Amino acid sequence: MKRFTELTYKKQQTVISILFLFVPLTLILVLGYLPICNMVGYSFLKWDGLGKKEFIGLGNYFELFSRNENFGVFFVSIYYFIGSFVQLGFALLFATLLSFKMKGQNLFKGVLFFPNLINGVAIGFIFLFFFRDTGTLNTFLRMMGIESNVLWLTNPKLINYSLAATSVWRYMGFNMVMFLGAMQSISGEIYEAADLDGANRWQMFRFIIFPSIKPIIKLNLILSIKGALSVFEIPYIMTGGGNGSSTFVIRTMDTAFKFSKIGLASAMAVVLTIIILLITAVQEKAFKEKE
Amino acid sequence: MIMKKFLGTVLVLALLTGSLFASGQKDASKDDGSVSGSIVVLTHRTDWVDTKFQDYLKAFHVKYPNVNVEFEAITDYNGTVRTRMGTKEYGDVLSMVTVPPTPSDFANFYEPLGTQADFAKKYDFVDTSTTIAFGGIVYGYPVNANVGGGFVYNKKVFADAGIKKMPKTTEEFYKDLELIKTKTTAVPIFMNYPAQWTLTQWEGGRLTFAGDAEYLNKMIHDDAPFSPGTPHYELYKIMYEVVKRGLSEKDMLTSDWELSKQMMADGKIGVMALGSWAIGQVRALSKNPENIGYMPYPAAVKGKMYAEVALDYNIAVNKYSKNKSAALAWAKFFANDSGYAKDMESIPALKGSAFPAVLSAFSESGVVYLIGAAPKAGEDGLFDKLDKESEIGFWQAPQKIRIIDAAMGTTKESYDDIMKDWNARWSKARKTLGIN
Repeated sequence: MKRFTELTYKKQQTVISILFLFVPLTLILVLGYLPICNMVGYSFLKWDGLGKKEFIGLGNYFELFSRNENFGVFFVSIYYFIGSFVQLGFALLFATLLSFKMKGQNLFKGVLFFPNLINGVAIGFIFLFFFRDTGTLNTFLRMMGIESNVLWLTNPKLINYSLAATSVWRYMGFNMVMFLGAMQSISGEIYEAADLDGANRWQMFRFIIFPSIKPIIKLNLILSIKGALSVFEIPYIMTGGGNGSSTFVIRTMDTAFKFSKIGLASAMAVVLTIIILLITAVQEKAFKEKE
Repeated sequence: MIMKKFLGTVLVLALLTGSLFASGQKDASKDDGSVSGSIVVLTHRTDWVDTKFQDYLKAFHVKYPNVNVEFEAITDYNGTVRTRMGTKEYGDVLSMVTVPPTPSDFANFYEPLGTQADFAKKYDFVDTSTTIAFGGIVYGYPVNANVGGGFVYNKKVFADAGIKKMPKTTEEFYKDLELIKTKTTAVPIFMNYPAQWTLTQWEGGRLTFAGDAEYLNKMIHDDAPFSPGTPHYELYKIMYEVVKRGLSEKDMLTSDWELSKQMMADGKIGVMALGSWAIGQVRALSKNPENIGYMPYPAAVKGKMYAEVALDYNIAVNKYSKNKSAALAWAKFFANDSGYAKDMESIPALKGSAFPAVLSAFSESGVVYLIGAAPKAGEDGLFDKLDKESEIGFWQAPQKIRIIDAAMGTTKESYDDIMKDWNARWSKARKTLGIN
């Protein structure tokens, strides 16, 4: 056998790329694709997770689509979807402000990104206190002189707004950092040139920043839609899906782990995956046509 | 309640190695050096694992100095352990998780421990329990039993409201709660909606309304067991009415279980629907523990009040344990000699142990204890299968949330609509499973 150094440069390159790719590819196959394949397999079974498996073909899918309550919960996603636009708007605003030179830049970056680092469970509990009738929000409003006795979560008309706002608070920093990263890749000379031409801040944003970060905006939009459809953590921890805040993923989790219908729950997960893929494809197409 | 990789506080104990410990203790007469090795014990008691359990461990080491025990306390115990049971790694000893695995599958997961007849000589409840044995073979050591459902209440709040005798009908119960609402500052009844498992505590009241140990066996053959007048209908009607009449806490969605215990202890809450296991916890927080009492659901069947008694978690041994002798030693010790049942202030399973003082007042009020009858031959596990298939989930929160949401006005359903839907689900599930 030849030594490694005796191989041609081309071959060395191939060997090294295979070696380097081996680890991430194994991880994505074992932890990403293998479970998905298993899930698709489970979706054809009647199975309680531990007992014997029985193949029932498309039975789970028929049951899933014959029950209206499975799809009513998608209306809840609309709140989060609208919330995600607010979230992207704020993220864009803060990213733009932070991309110019200012005092305490890194501090603000840290403060705004921080909610992302907190565990979802902790956030759930923080906001349970925040929204309590005698909690932070009402107390603050009273301090400002507004007589507020709003039940932010118990009032069924408000609950989804409150939860969506929590979600905005939590994920805004992440979008902001992505935007900021994209903005910082814009060369400083372009700004300088714009400055010389007498462009103001808004014009710089409209004609320099926005076109340069368009792909990232697009990515964030896709992520937002996916996030809105598969909302889980925040409502599950804070309300358990009660008071009209249930989502499709909460229903899926209940089906799997409370009623031990792993097969049916897998079918629900497959359907959600397909819905997300479809919407992403439509979105992709819409963006392309515009360009 | 938490689904992410939140395996709970995994507490690894720094133990003295068995040999080190034994060298000083070798001449202690009780020493049983023949059993040795390391075992992992899974427990749902996240609150006791580094307090009480350490005391049990000390007592255990007197007898078995060569066994290393490592506790693993798990939040969301059932969900997590059930998932782990798909592998062989679920500790050596564990609090027995059931349905799934259904009793007919017990042998695939748990070590058989003896015959039901032998166990019944030594322990109460074993002969009728539906979740400890299958085919006459027992798979878990019973430790303690609790009254499944009733109301923990604050006697002082009741006295302040001018209530003299315990309610015996639901109407009397609503009236008493109204009195608490108008005459005191306490919240009449606290639902603990966000904690969710608290809502499932209501299910413990079903036999109170049935007054019949065979009731669940009859339900299997009934197409409409949730019609007006049936135990479940009447039981959950209370849940619906107290919310509808505004007798529960105002900000339902943000209430907090730990806080509610303190409020109950401080006389800021009238009643909470809980199993008898909770009495001890509330009393421990109260300055006047004798103020905390326990009463059955307000229902009498032919003039008698009943309360269902059922086993708490049983202690099972993993079939795949590599150190079964040590695992069995711990399981047996925990059931017989640890004093857990006494510390819990619950009814001990071991025959001849003392009855807890907290429940004596309850028994003195003339309540008859009822133990759910064992399923008929060939009907093992059918009730639970129907429960899951119909997605009613007697011991799960979603349908209780549905009832309260309807009572709060979030959804447009009436209580009868929900019960009709339960009937439809039940009869459909019976058809699917082919039960006559």
